[in-house]
Amino acid sequence: MEWVNAIIQGILLGGLYALFAAGLSLIFGVMRLVNVAHGDLIVMAAFLALVVTQTLGIHPLATLMIVIPVMAGIGYALQRGILNRTLGDDILPPLLVTFGLSVILQNGLLEIFSADNQKMNAGAIEIMSIPVADKINIGVMPLIVFGVAVAVIAGLQWVFYRTALGRAFRATSDNQSIAQLMGLNNKHIFGLAMALALVVVALAGVFLGVRTSFDPSVGPGRLIFGFEAVIIGGLGNLWGTLIGGIILGVSQNIGAQINPGWQLLAGHISFLVVLAFRPRGLFPRIEG
Amino acid sequence: MSVQENYKFVQTTRASRVAGLAGVVILIALIAAPWWAGRGDMRLLSEIFLYLSLAALWNLLAGYAGLVSVGQQAFVGLGGYGLFALAMFFGIHPLLAVPLVALIAAVVALPVAVLIFRLSGAYFAIGTWVIAEVFRLGFAQVTSLGGGSGTSLPIGIVKSIAASRSMRESVSYWMALGMIVLVLAVVYFWLRSRHGFPLTAIRDNELAAKSLGVDIWRTKFQVYVLTAGLTASVGALIFLQKLRISPDAAFSVNDWTAYVIFIVVIGGIGTIEGPIIGTLVFFLLRGFFADLGTAYLIILGLVAIVVILKSPTGIWGWVSKKYDIALFPLARRVIRINPSNEDRNAS
Repeated sequence: MEWVNAIIQGILLGGLYALFAAGLSLIFGVMRLVNVAHGDLIVMAAFLALVVTQTLGIHPLATLMIVIPVMAGIGYALQRGILNRTLGDDILPPLLVTFGLSVILQNGLLEIFSADNQKMNAGAIEIMSIPVADKINIGVMPLIVFGVAVAVIAGLQWVFYRTALGRAFRATSDNQSIAQLMGLNNKHIFGLAMALALVVVALAGVFLGVRTSFDPSVGPGRLIFGFEAVIIGGLGNLWGTLIGGIILGVSQNIGAQINPGWQLLAGHISFLVVLAFRPRGLFPRIEG
Repeated sequence: MSVQENYKFVQTTRASRVAGLAGVVILIALIAAPWWAGRGDMRLLSEIFLYLSLAALWNLLAGYAGLVSVGQQAFVGLGGYGLFALAMFFGIHPLLAVPLVALIAAVVALPVAVLIFRLSGAYFAIGTWVIAEVFRLGFAQVTSLGGGSGTSLPIGIVKSIAASRSMRESVSYWMALGMIVLVLAVVYFWLRSRHGFPLTAIRDNELAAKSLGVDIWRTKFQVYVLTAGLTASVGALIFLQKLRISPDAAFSVNDWTAYVIFIVVIGGIGTIEGPIIGTLVFFLLRGFFADLGTAYLIILGLVAIVVILKSPTGIWGWVSKKYDIALFPLARRVIRINPSNEDRNAS
C-alpha cells in the first residue's frame, strides 16, 4: 500500500513539475530560447505572492490576481528590453544572458529575503484530503495543483492550435523571416510568448509556495525538474511534458520510498535513462 | 613569378614576441614568489592561478568547441573528492593524486559525454548541470567521505606533502603556478595543432565547418574529455589548499561555474587572452567589492550581461580589434616579403 501511495503522490507531484516545465517548453517552442533563469523566476513569483499575502492579508491563491499580471508584465518587458537582442544564430548570448539573470535574481532575492525557509499558509485547504482506500488519502491541495497543471496544458494547447495568437507563435517558430513578411512583428510576438510563459511561471510559483517551503536558492533545482520533464516527454509536445513531469514525480517518490537520500537522485537517473534509450524523449514532436 | 615567392605565412606577431619575453620574466618572478611574497599574497596568487585555469578551460569548451557547460563544477568536485579518496583510502601521495584524478575524470567523462552530447545547444547546458547534481547527490551518499557534511584531509596526509607549514604553502603555490602554465600551454598548443583548425572552424560557423568535412562530434568529444581531466586536476589543487571538502562546496555552481563564466565573458570569449584579462578584472573588482558579499555576484552578473549585449567579444575582443594585436597568435597572417616583385607583377 505504501508503494501505491508513493506512486499516487508522485503523479500529483508530477503536476507541479509539469507547471515548472510548461513555460520552458512554450518559449523554446516559439523562439528556440532556453531560459536558464526560469527556475529563479518561479521562485521570484513565490516571493512576490508571499509579500502580497503578508501586506494585503489575502489568501495565497487569491494573490494570483496580482502575481499573474505582474509576472506577465515582467515577461514582456524582459523579452523586449533584453532577450530579443540576444536572439540569433548563435546560442551563446541568450544562454549567457539568462544565466547571468539567474545569478542576479537568486542573489537579489537572497539580499532582500535572506536565506530563510519560507512557506505560504493556505489555511484549512492544506490539510483537507479525500480518502480513497485504506491508508491512501489524496490531498485536496495537490489535487488542485494537478488539476491546474492539466488545465494550463489544455489551455496552452488551445492557444497554440486554435487562436490567432497561436498561429502567430507557430508561424514565427517555423520561419521568422516569412512570418515577418506576412506582417507579424516578431519582437512583439516573442514578448507575448514570454508574457504567457511567465503567466504559467506565476501559477507555478504560487503553487510551489503553497505546497512546499522555498528559499532563494531553490530556483536552479526547479529549472532542472522542468527541463527534465520537457526532455522526458519529448521536445515540443505539451501533453508529453505533463507525462514527463509525472514520470519524474513518480520516480522521485519511489526513490524516496527506498531511501530518503535517493529522492532527487532517482529523478535524475530516470531522466538519464530516458536520455540513453530515447534521446528525443518519449513523445517527440519537433526538432531541437 | 608564383604567388608563394612573394608571400609567407607567419603565426607570430611583434606583440606576441614581446608578450612571450615578458611572460618568461613574469614566470621567473612568480616561481621565486615564496622568497619575496607574503603568505597572504601567495594564497591570493594561487587562487588567481586556479581561477584562471578554470576560465581558460571553460573558454576552450564554450568559446571554441561551442559546448556551453554550466556543469563544470561536476569535474572540479570530482577532482577534489578524487584527491581526498585516493589519499585517504589508497594512501596515494596527494601530489601524485593530482595527475591521477585527471585520468579518472577523463575516463568518467567518456560515458558522460556520450550521454549528454545527445542534447543539443542550450539543452546541453542544462544537461551538464544535471550531471553535476547527480555527482553532488552521489557523493553526499558516501558516508566514508563524510556524507552531506563532508570531511577534512587527515593531518598525517597533510604533513606528507612537506613537514613545515611554510614549505607546504610554497609547494601548493608552485603546484597552482605549474597548473596554470600547463593549462595555458595545453590550450595554446591544442589550438595551434591540427586540432585547432576544426575547432576554430566550429567556433566561427558550425554548419560551414561540417560541410567542409570537420567531424563535429569527434572534435567536441575530444575537447570535452580533455577539459574534464584538466578541470579535475584544478579541483584537486583547490581542495588541497582548502584541506576540507563537502558536496555543497565541491559542486558549487556559483563558485566554479558562475564566476568562471563571468570571467570569460567579461574578458573575451573565444580568445586565449580573454580569460587572462577577465581573471585580472575579476580579482581587481573583488578587491573593491569584497565586502558586498552576494551583491558582488549581482554586479558581476550585470557587467557580464552588458558586455554580451554591447561587446560580445568582451574586453579583449574590443582591444584586439581596435589595435590589431594578439598575444597568443593563432591566426596565420599572410605577409608580403618582396614588395618590388609584387609591384612589377601588378603593373
